[in-house]
Amino acid sequence: MEFRRPKTLKNVLTHYCPGCGHGIVHRLVAEVIDELGIRERTIGTAPVGCAVFLYDYMNCDIIECAHGRPPAVATGIKRVLPDRIVFTYQGDGDLAAIGMAETIHAANRGENITVIFVNNAIYGMTGGQMAPTTLMGQWSTTSPAGRGQLGEGGPIKVCEMLSALDGPCYLERVAVSTPKDVLRTQKAIRKAFEKQIDGKGFSLVEVLSMCPTDWKLSPKEAVEFVNEKMKAVFPLGVFKDR
Amino acid sequence: MPQICFYAEHCKGCGLCVLVCPHQNIRMSEDLNEHGHPFAVLVDPARCTYCAMCGRMCPDMAIEIHEDAPSSQKDAKAATE
Repeated sequence: MEFRRPKTLKNVLTHYCPGCGHGIVHRLVAEVIDELGIRERTIGTAPVGCAVFLYDYMNCDIIECAHGRPPAVATGIKRVLPDRIVFTYQGDGDLAAIGMAETIHAANRGENITVIFVNNAIYGMTGGQMAPTTLMGQWSTTSPAGRGQLGEGGPIKVCEMLSALDGPCYLERVAVSTPKDVLRTQKAIRKAFEKQIDGKGFSLVEVLSMCPTDWKLSPKEAVEFVNEKMKAVFPLGVFKDR
Repeated sequence: MPQICFYAEHCKGCGLCVLVCPHQNIRMSEDLNEHGHPFAVLVDPARCTYCAMCGRMCPDMAIEIHEDAPSSQKDAKAATE
């Protein structure tokens, strides 16, 4: 058994809070890039949000995008440099709020890019505001009485929504709240990159992740929140695979 | 012989490794590291099965498993506090 830091993950401390799932997802993406031997031709596009410093942590080319625009930037890169492997790394605020238009249209066009979507049901970097994926009844600084159907509407289920389109080739929702889920997430990310390498089109992996700080929970309680609350609203599974 | 290495300086003390260790063989230190966090330490190296569940759940790459023995004194020290 050998378990070491992947070469694509720089040996630096991250700014993430204790128990945050971003570090796990960063490592999994880096492991897949290492396994596939594509580091020298991989270009990532980073979001605005907690993962904004992705370029400090990944040892491959990363372009920082305007808020919500990684799929648009990735589209441009992939069309100009079709031999590169292009991925976006986005949170729920970036992908499902301000960047929803870019996400839907990139998926609908079947752009040959890979989207890594980290869903922690809240705006992390800005201090815990309600996100499109915040659960019903969940407290946030902008839904202090809990998210309600009348005032705020229900959580947006990105995989289910995109599965209605013909463009995407691979959509899967996974989590990083248990070791088994982490292994499954690595397989899903690998498969999403392989789809792109094979020229199949748009692939997206939604990762349910922990945000202990903005949920006002301990890391242990945050893991339980993902396992008990988030998975009930956002069921794990493959939504499209062709 | 595999070697499990805990890098105290990378640990933020979240305790996810403690939560998932199937042998309850990890605890948090009473001391703080240079960043002010308690850090994960192995309770009993002999009970570790090198399953790497702790490392896979660690968001900060503070735990590694090496197939060969650690090459430096620093690694050896990190492995057992």
